[in-house]
Amino acid sequence: MDTQEKLKELEKEINALKDTFVKFEKNAAENKLAMVVFSGDLDKALAAFIIATGAIAMGMEVVLFFTFWGVPLLRKKQSPATNKDMFGKMFGAMLPKGASKSKLSKMDMGGMGTGMMKHLMKKKNVASLEEMIDLAAELEVKIYICEMSMDLMGFSRSEMIDYPDLGFAGVAKFLEEAGTSKTQMFI
Amino acid sequence: MNDTIQTVNSLNLTGLSCPMPIVKVSKAIKEVKPGEIIDALTSDPGALTDFPAWARTSGNEIIKTETEGENTRFFIKRN
Repeated sequence: MDTQEKLKELEKEINALKDTFVKFEKNAAENKLAMVVFSGDLDKALAAFIIATGAIAMGMEVVLFFTFWGVPLLRKKQSPATNKDMFGKMFGAMLPKGASKSKLSKMDMGGMGTGMMKHLMKKKNVASLEEMIDLAAELEVKIYICEMSMDLMGFSRSEMIDYPDLGFAGVAKFLEEAGTSKTQMFI
Repeated sequence: MNDTIQTVNSLNLTGLSCPMPIVKVSKAIKEVKPGEIIDALTSDPGALTDFPAWARTSGNEIIKTETEGENTRFFIKRN
C-alpha cells in the first residue's frame, strides 16, 4: 500500500515535469534573427543586410520587417503607374525609387557624399546594397513589408521588387517572429 | 598546397570584405562531408576574429591557421 501510494505520487510528479518541459519547449527561442528595418538610409540598410546575410552564414534563420522609410528601399526602379491620390503621388515622387536611390544618413552633401561612398565601396570590393539584396534572396532571408506603411505612403504591392520570399504583414506577424527569435534588432 | 593537411576544396576569398568571406565559407562547408577539410585564403583582417566566431557558432572546427604574407589561410573541418 505504501509503495503504491509512493508510485502514484511519483507518477504525478513526472507528469507535472512533462507539462513544464512541454511549456519550455514551446517558448524556447529558435536560432533566428528578427529585424525591423525602419530606416531607408543607405548606410543603415547596408548594415541590416550585412547582419542578415552574416546571420544566415552563422546558421540562423532570418526574418526582416520593412516599415516606414525602409519600405521605399524595396520599390521597383520603375514602378507601374497606378491610380494614386495627391499624397500618394507626392510620396511616390519624393521617396527613393528603390535601393539604388537611397542616400547616406550622414555626409550625403546633396548626393556627392553618397556617390563618393559608392565609388569607394566598389574600389574596396564591398558589395552594393542591390547586390546584398540579391544575396539575401539567394540565402533565403525572409522579408515582410509593413502593410500599414505601404498604405500610408500610397504604395501598392505591384510597386515592390520581385523578391522570392516576400510577404506583407502587420505588427502581429513581427511580434510572433520576434517572440520566437533568439535575436531581435531594430535598424 | 599543403603537405600535411589534405583538403577537399580550396577557396580564394582574397579581396572580399565582410560579410562575403563567411557567407562563402558557410556555403562551401555544407558541400563537403562531415570530417572533410576545406581551406580558405582571406585578406580581410576581420576574418581573424570572424572565422573562429563563425566556426564556434556553426559547430565546425578550425584546425589550423596559417599566415601567408598579408593573407590568412584557415583549415576548417566540417563536424
